[in-house]
Amino acid sequence: MKLLTHNMLTSHVKGVVKGYPLLIKATEVKVNEVDFNPQFVSRMIPKLEWSALVQAADELGQREDLPGELVPEYENNEEFLKKVHRVLLEVEVIEGVLQCPESGREFPISRGIPNMLLNDDEV
Amino acid sequence: MKLKELESHLQQVDSFKKPKILLEQYPTSPHIAACMLYTIQSTFDDIEGKLVADLGCGCGVLSIGAAMLDAGLCVGFDIDNDALDVFRSNAEGFEISNVDLVQCDLCSLEDGAYANKFDTVIMNPPFGTKHNQGIDMKFLSAASTMAKTVYSLHKTSTREHIQKKANDWGMKMEVIAELRYDLPASYKFHKKKTVDIQVDFIRFSKA
Repeated sequence: MKLLTHNMLTSHVKGVVKGYPLLIKATEVKVNEVDFNPQFVSRMIPKLEWSALVQAADELGQREDLPGELVPEYENNEEFLKKVHRVLLEVEVIEGVLQCPESGREFPISRGIPNMLLNDDEV
Repeated sequence: MKLKELESHLQQVDSFKKPKILLEQYPTSPHIAACMLYTIQSTFDDIEGKLVADLGCGCGVLSIGAAMLDAGLCVGFDIDNDALDVFRSNAEGFEISNVDLVQCDLCSLEDGAYANKFDTVIMNPPFGTKHNQGIDMKFLSAASTMAKTVYSLHKTSTREHIQKKANDWGMKMEVIAELRYDLPASYKFHKKKTVDIQVDFIRFSKA
């Protein structure tokens, strides 16, 4: 699971009002090289929940010097876009769990795939 | 990448080991997948550098094709663990790094989950012919909330119904091609060796 995907995931367990952002408890994290496309990264940034991305990177010990606030005119700041590219697309959670911040329900991540399936009584 | 080249790559993608009838796991042929993706990119520019979702991705032929056409990232969604396992080994075999996977049930997706998060949705949904009527429309409904542009395959016989739904959801619908979908005899209840069905390749778009 990449952090771009994590940024979009929400817990929808019955009764939960704000199941976002999901906490990550990782036991295995990998960094895989992905081709850098500055236009793509730049276009994704306004769609992101920035604080959730920073928090996720922090939880994985992969934040490095990613700033807590978006920098102005990031479109032309290649150094910044590369940092965002790294956390969005290159850092991957292989094993661990995602935890709903409200209900505490855990969603397992196994071999890189988060399992968001709910039981019948949770829908 | 040329169309022929894409198709020949996609011929190397592994498919379902034991297809599950209830999930209507029939593979998208490499030919159809390549033609769909090539058209989506060359005519509409909706893959390269885009955030793409593949709903009911199965073993990943559409996602892997989209990744080869330089999608920024393609996220495959499927309910079935076994299919996702095959998908992962396909992605590893091709050394593709711009795909990601989520296991979830698209039929019980909360309203507005992933609302407008994606640029493009591509899918070959279950057609809803075996004990699960209407599942194709559930997929399409989910897709319509996730992106402004959706590409999908649907049985030609349902075109009028789909047009009505598309209107309800405020989506413009354009039939890009009519295909003969060669459904191989992958399940026991298919007595004939192959069954051809008429399928529309449709583009849905919101202003």
